[in-house]
Amino acid sequence: MGKWTRRAFIGAGVAAGGALVVGIAVRPGNPIDRLSPLVAKGKGEQLINAWVKIDADNIVTAIVPHVEMGQGIFTSLAQMLADELDADWSKVRILEAPADDKYVSHDIVREFAAPNLEVPAILEPTASGSFLSLATVMTLQITGGSFSIRGTGQRAMRTAGAAAREMLVAAAAKEWNVRAAELRTENSMVLHDKSSKSATFASFATAAAEQSLPAKPKLKSPKDYKLMGKPIARTDIPEKTDGSAIFGIDADLPGMKYAAVKAPPVVGAAVETMDATTAKTMPGVLQILNMGDFVAVVADGYWQAEQALATIDTTYSKTDGDGLDQDALFARYAKMLDEAGDSDGDVEAEEGDVGEAFANAATKVEAEYKVPFLAHATMEPMNCTAWVREGKCDVWSGTQMPLMARKAAAETSGIDYDNVTYHNAYLGGGFGRRAEMDMIIMATRIAKATQYPVKMIWSREEDTMQDHYRPSATSRFQGGLDKDGKAVSWSNIHTHLFDPQEAPTVPYYNIANHKIRKIDVPTHLRFGPWRSVDHSQHGFFIESFVDEMAQAAGKDGYAFRRELLAGSPRHLKVLDTAAKMSGWDKPLPEGHGRGIAFVPSFGTIIAEVAEVDMTGKKPKVKKIFVAADPGFAVNPDGFAAQMESSIAYGLTATLFGEISVKDGAVQQSNFHDYPILRINEMPDVAVEIINGDHKRLGGAGEPGLPPLAPAVTNAIFAATGKRVRELPLSKVDFA
Amino acid sequence: MITLNVNGQAKEVDVDPATPILWVVRENLKMTGTKFGCGVALCGACTVHLDGKPIRSCSTPVSEADGKSITTIEGLAAEDGTFSKVQQAWVDEQVAQCGYCQSGQIMTATALLKNNPNPSDEQIDTAMAGNICRCGTYVRIRKAIKVAAGAPSETQEA
Repeated sequence: MGKWTRRAFIGAGVAAGGALVVGIAVRPGNPIDRLSPLVAKGKGEQLINAWVKIDADNIVTAIVPHVEMGQGIFTSLAQMLADELDADWSKVRILEAPADDKYVSHDIVREFAAPNLEVPAILEPTASGSFLSLATVMTLQITGGSFSIRGTGQRAMRTAGAAAREMLVAAAAKEWNVRAAELRTENSMVLHDKSSKSATFASFATAAAEQSLPAKPKLKSPKDYKLMGKPIARTDIPEKTDGSAIFGIDADLPGMKYAAVKAPPVVGAAVETMDATTAKTMPGVLQILNMGDFVAVVADGYWQAEQALATIDTTYSKTDGDGLDQDALFARYAKMLDEAGDSDGDVEAEEGDVGEAFANAATKVEAEYKVPFLAHATMEPMNCTAWVREGKCDVWSGTQMPLMARKAAAETSGIDYDNVTYHNAYLGGGFGRRAEMDMIIMATRIAKATQYPVKMIWSREEDTMQDHYRPSATSRFQGGLDKDGKAVSWSNIHTHLFDPQEAPTVPYYNIANHKIRKIDVPTHLRFGPWRSVDHSQHGFFIESFVDEMAQAAGKDGYAFRRELLAGSPRHLKVLDTAAKMSGWDKPLPEGHGRGIAFVPSFGTIIAEVAEVDMTGKKPKVKKIFVAADPGFAVNPDGFAAQMESSIAYGLTATLFGEISVKDGAVQQSNFHDYPILRINEMPDVAVEIINGDHKRLGGAGEPGLPPLAPAVTNAIFAATGKRVRELPLSKVDFA
Repeated sequence: MITLNVNGQAKEVDVDPATPILWVVRENLKMTGTKFGCGVALCGACTVHLDGKPIRSCSTPVSEADGKSITTIEGLAAEDGTFSKVQQAWVDEQVAQCGYCQSGQIMTATALLKNNPNPSDEQIDTAMAGNICRCGTYVRIRKAIKVAAGAPSETQEA
């Protein structure tokens, strides 16, 4: 299995189509015997189904098959399970699921591959089972794509909670010799009102585990929610406040040593020569390893390893990427876009006759936009601890893909998969970077060489220079307006590097004639998913161009978007809410401006208004107003936190985010030349959540980001008349 | 041997005096609440107090701590585990996301409030500008500092 891609789900689905495994969201057969040793280790703990266990003290533990990287998913998913179970929240605990095949993300596969698939109950095991077998084949246990709540939460956690509740009720009915329908549940108790009997869930846990799994447990309707929709405090925050939270970098083992590493500055080059004469003599140094594609120094302490590494002289082999500069890359994109002309490239969407409509348009608008490569810059640099010894391999890290990490460690170490254990910890930021396996593979290789436990930590410089970057891209548009300023044609061609491809570059706007094409462009840099993936580019491209068309039409950006969204009441409500929150029509001081942008992504509809002060030397973003319709926000405070977070992440990219290439190597290395937004640059943020459709939930981690950049640049235009067509803003002269 | 005073306790460590405090605290003393972020005093994730003043432990050699007291995130709560007012405000305002930078944020905020119990918005921004949070919890950090400033003062060491 190669690199995981979301697009690959569909391809692999065909291959795996014949192999159906019967299963429902609570998994085929009764998994308790196999899973109990993995997750139910406490005193008197009884696993009810794969996702929930209850102990003798009536503590309910939700087993969450996702990783916590700041998005609050442990709490939100436990809320969903506990609500359906009627659990007493004060007695709910959370356990991250082990990296085991039973916890593959098949509900996410289903949400991705067949988002609207509803099948009759009798077919549900078959349908769900096919996604389960697909996810298992792919060793897919992923946290990403803003999919946890809408996939796992909606399909697995709620179902598991409801199923466990029905099993407990069935066990109680049997023991009390009453009809199940006469029983109710509340606060982790089963109650029989007629006889005034009540007992804890714990007292029926053993019997419940022997009940058959309900085929389609009944889920609550929103009016009965007790926990979902409430701003419940996150359970991981106290330990992240007193230093006791354990991240991947905090792994500690007896006899553990430390590794510092350096890879060639140009990706793909090999270490040709290595002079470690000085390093060998330095205190604490244990081993110096030329791994071919990187150098590692293993020492008693990390600082010693780093000091020694800095003295090593290396030369690297030549590669095809050596001569590349950022300007040359953009020139290459331009040439390829020129060559594609009016008809070449992959057509992503086409409706009407864009050529004729544009030719006949009263007003023609054309523009080209560019965005650079971006690094993830998680606060916790890449790291991994591994211990490979006779017939056994253990690996510790914080990854978005625990099962894939286990597989990568098995393949790298040559140890049988069953004898490889992957231990996941909190992630000090993920944003897509920790969906890659390079750190797992490197640490396992080092540990294989040493045979004692080694913690490998990347320096910030390595972390910045050896990332899998958000690709740079160029996008060109032609738009036509009729004599009334109505948009009649929209054509777009853009460079494309992304896999997965997320953004529907088909405009969500109602424009009769449109055509969208992409051309694949080669790069020697590694690229990968970055918070909101290609929406991070297309949000800026599309929403900038819509604003340019509005201006050409002589219309206000908000009013123009309203026209384009006519007939989509949910979209309009979001747009209107953001405009209203911002006081769109109210005047601003001289030199200030407002800009609006609208991007639905990851199932969530979002409009943002930015207020920018352009009276100084640099743009100052004062306020961001966010209106968001995620269908239903399971934890509204957590959702708002993700909006604030997306704004900070997006604003970093907008203001100064740029990874550039010179002679094939990334030029940036640390926070002095790859700056991150600081508190004094953070705007005020107001968030309003609209619960527009409780059946189809949207994501939270990513959709707040795409509208941010264009809202800011549209505000800059409103304030100054200067149109920004290339990010970041630090490259633009506003004098 | 270097003798350190960490969170009120004497600790002896056998390390090169040039070793940054960060790595001594994390690797020798096994207190992992203090984090490595950039290694060059640019991000603040490694902030600890040296005689009550916030310093970047990634760039301060342990020799400089000789005869001084180091306070880390682990030393803020009372012995019974009761959070300091800054920590409690951090929980009440639900500040942390990934949480990796928060030890450093809390150490800087604690030092700020010790010197200036009622900081203005601008003073908060200035004092906290050396601490990067990639999750962007800045809005809540501002609120939490305000809350902590308004909370009844405690005698706890910060």
